[in-house]
Amino acid sequence: MSGGSDYTLIVLGMGAVTFLPRWVPLFALSRRRLPDWILDWLDLIPAAVLSALVLPALVTSGEPRHLDLLRPELGVAIPTFLFALKTRSLGGSVLLGMGLYWLLS
Amino acid sequence: MTSPEQTAPARGYDWPRALRAGAGAAWPIFLGYLPIGAALGVLAQKSGLRPFEAGLMSLLVFAGSAQFIAVSMLAAGAGASAVVATTFVVNLRHLLMSSALAPHLRGVGHGWLALFAYGITDESFAVNHARFSRGGWHWRPALALNQSACLVWVAATMAGAWAGRFIPPGAFGIDYALIAMFLCLLVFQLRGRRHAITAAVSGLLAVALSLVLPGNAHIILATVLAATFGSLALRRARGGRGGPKEGARIP
Repeated sequence: MSGGSDYTLIVLGMGAVTFLPRWVPLFALSRRRLPDWILDWLDLIPAAVLSALVLPALVTSGEPRHLDLLRPELGVAIPTFLFALKTRSLGGSVLLGMGLYWLLS
Repeated sequence: MTSPEQTAPARGYDWPRALRAGAGAAWPIFLGYLPIGAALGVLAQKSGLRPFEAGLMSLLVFAGSAQFIAVSMLAAGAGASAVVATTFVVNLRHLLMSSALAPHLRGVGHGWLALFAYGITDESFAVNHARFSRGGWHWRPALALNQSACLVWVAATMAGAWAGRFIPPGAFGIDYALIAMFLCLLVFQLRGRRHAITAAVSGLLAVALSLVLPGNAHIILATVLAATFGSLALRRARGGRGGPKEGARIP
């Protein structure tokens, strides 16, 4: 863990790089529209990025990483995913996932 | 956009009413943020951050997934530039949400726009965009929704960081909060076959790339490749340049 002033700088940097993608389109698009192909591409980004974040966390482990299909992460993910599909409840899915993971590990 | 339909509800939303309407619409978000924010706070405390430091990150960044990743990277001793670059990549998806909200915020002053932009998250976007599309929504309650969600987020993080010292490591499966949140947000994003295929391609690519690349490069690489594949497949399916009407339809 870095020291206090380092931490403040990191958080300021994180804030700045998070704010820019949130603000630039709002600011720039108040008069103009993005081309359709960019909108199509952007529309797929959330699904792609979430899947790219979560799947490796479920089926790989170690450093360097290797495939590992017997992790409790994967076992808990299946009922959690089905629960989310059925209920569409963010809070409920998080609590269920945490609860099952707690029981399993 | 200054039709009577636009100005009539606008006049109806003075600030007190906008605050009530915004916070009222944000209730499901509060329920989602409380456990996740608290879990983030606990993780932050376990990685050596004080409640004030965890709260500062939530206030300045206000982006759940990126903050979980940042906290775990900091705990693992990652450098500042790696943490900031990963945050940028993870939060790049807000470009889309900001673009999709822009048509509903025409004519709003630059200062208010900047304040609104700061509060765009996956969840506030989803609720505000649905309300705007349904009609009768206005930038003031939308802004109130964003900022009240942020307040709850900061408070939950600080409470979690404060309570963290009373909670043994691994208790309540807190380590799984991030994965469960990603899974549910992914479900929200599966709005059709194209999104599902793109997500599957991205996930499989990310797994394959993560086995050969160190660090987090596999996330952005897989995302960009899969989204490009998905949008090219869409253009082909539509035949050539495709219909602009359908392209304009965002979540």
